[in-house]
Amino acid sequence: MALIELEGIDRSFQLGDTTVHALAGLDLRIAAGEYVAVMGPSGSGKSTLLNLLGLLDRPQSGTYRLEGRDVTTLSPDEQARVRSARIGFVFQSFHLVPRLTAAENIALPMTLAGILPAERERRVAQALRDFGLEHRADHRPDQLSGGQRQRVAIARATIMQPPLILADEPTGNLDRHTGEEVIHLLEALNANGVTLVVVTHDAALGARARRQLVMEDGRLKQDSTVP
Amino acid sequence: MRLPDILRFARDAATGYPVRTALSVLAMSIGVAAVVLLTALGDGARRYVVGQFSSLGTNLVIVLPGRSGTGGFNPANAITSTPRDLTIDDAGSLRRLPGVRRVAPLAVGTSEIAFGGRLREIMVAGSTAEFIPIRNFELAQGKALPEEDWNRGSPVAIVGAKIRDELFPNQPALGQLIRVGDRRLRVIGVLASTGQGLGMNTDELVIVPVALAQAMFNSNTLFRILIEANSREAIPGVKDATLETLKQRHRGEEDVTVITQDAVLATFDKLLGALTLAVAGIAAISLAVAGILVMNVMLVAVTQRTGEIGLLKALGASGENIRLLFLSEAAMLSAVGAALGYVFGQLGAFVLRQVFPVFPAYPPDWAVFAALATAVGTGLLFGVMPARRAARLDPVQALMRH
Ligand SMILES: Nc1ncnc2c1ncn2[C@@H]1O[C@H](COP(=O)(O)OP(=O)(O)O)[C@@H](O)[C@H]1O
Ligand SMILES: [Mg+2]
Repeated sequence: MALIELEGIDRSFQLGDTTVHALAGLDLRIAAGEYVAVMGPSGSGKSTLLNLLGLLDRPQSGTYRLEGRDVTTLSPDEQARVRSARIGFVFQSFHLVPRLTAAENIALPMTLAGILPAERERRVAQALRDFGLEHRADHRPDQLSGGQRQRVAIARATIMQPPLILADEPTGNLDRHTGEEVIHLLEALNANGVTLVVVTHDAALGARARRQLVMEDGRLKQDSTVP
Repeated sequence: MRLPDILRFARDAATGYPVRTALSVLAMSIGVAAVVLLTALGDGARRYVVGQFSSLGTNLVIVLPGRSGTGGFNPANAITSTPRDLTIDDAGSLRRLPGVRRVAPLAVGTSEIAFGGRLREIMVAGSTAEFIPIRNFELAQGKALPEEDWNRGSPVAIVGAKIRDELFPNQPALGQLIRVGDRRLRVIGVLASTGQGLGMNTDELVIVPVALAQAMFNSNTLFRILIEANSREAIPGVKDATLETLKQRHRGEEDVTVITQDAVLATFDKLLGALTLAVAGIAAISLAVAGILVMNVMLVAVTQRTGEIGLLKALGASGENIRLLFLSEAAMLSAVGAALGYVFGQLGAFVLRQVFPVFPAYPPDWAVFAALATAVGTGLLFGVMPARRAARLDPVQALMRH
């Protein structure tokens, strides 16, 4: 059974009196444990696809089955529960809460899910070690470098141990070297069985993925798997 | 999300924007402080007046010569001419009525007091031994008027504190012979100082036996008869019996007025109570204004933190979570404002009491409770709309605004 099944997905935006088809009749299956890079020119619908996979957005038509369950018809609160337990997000601009420390930012999904403080502390301590942030636990985002911020964001995305990580240009705001570090971290997660979908327009980074999707005008132009 | 986490998150969010938080807390605290302070003033006025009336004595029934038109309290009675005098025997006849604890006839006039070359104008009250307990006066030194036949009038006097200070600055007053009018009297007691009240100022008062006062002023009439009933419940019965007895003694003519302290007190109590309520209502308007300010501050917060709301949703927050977070923040702003306002209000009332010690400026409990409840209530009420707006934000749109 595929982890993700998209069938005939349409998502269009009304801009004045023109309709932009961000996603048009998209079919896609992603199996559990895959490492997928989504590439394509700006405006081709990559972010729209990722938001849809992350249940942040709904298609106008088509079905989305996540782990075999049709999630497009779920209520907003049910979708929130799915996001909480099954999906981790990593964003280009990190999206850390500026007034919270690194540790608090990492703990945020658990706090929102109502996990008890003792368990939160245990998992955050482990995550800080895993991502080399032991000495940054009490730093606020503005006291961290870009690479550290993205590491905090990745730690946060994985803290609920979701089977699916969605990353939208995670290295877009980082220099080459730091970007590679971040990609290595994400790949290490994938190596442990987490399904990884990364949007990037860096061909070199995209080439590292086993499967590459190239989008154009809301459609899949190419879907190639490295053997 | 667990409640402590919600509260901590809301607190951190509020302190993260100190200016707008301080502003709404200030507005709310001014509202609450206004209610607390103004009701303290209003209720202080009520207590002051009620206290002054009570200090006239407890369970008091007062007989005035002359008949008032309505049968109620009419200050004009104090100066109308009297058709028939109230006499010492009239007063005596009331002593054995059921429900009566004490009776004191009262004759008043002004005179001069002289001692050792010093001379001053004074008020003379002619009464009996029971006058002091009925009026709740206290003796600082010496003893009360002698228990004797009310018509006898021994040459003794009890003087007020100020008279004592002026006439006997550095010698004991007790036992001294003073001259009052054309009489030589022996000082047997000194009143404790009471200060200015609604009744007579006892500090410049000289109390003498009633018969002596009447002789001094060359009259047979009494200014008042003061009756103390056994209890509050006994007052109406005592009033009726007094009226009946005096009517019989005055050949069937109802030519006296009997007033009870209760009736007068109740009127003032009601009047000033209503005043306090009105003042509280006016002050409460500032609470509503503060509530609207909290709403606006929260609406700004939702706009400012749109990106954060989108992020929280992406991290799995439900609409309910977001609503609770913003609602708690609004409630926190108003609760802290209310608490601060309470402290300011009490502080203000405290200062007021220090500056005007006779004025019991304590805010009534109901007003404090109502102010706090209204503050938190309006905060919550006006917090609902921004919180719902936050909860309804589209996560993608919100994230793009980050
Ligand atoms: N919220 C939106 N409102 C209007 N148009 C949108 C919105 N989101 C995306 N679009 C449009 O949809 C198309 C695809 O956008 P997007 O998925 O962000 O592309 P990419 O991430 O590949 O650059 C673009 O033309 C973009 O302008
Ligand atoms: Mg994009």
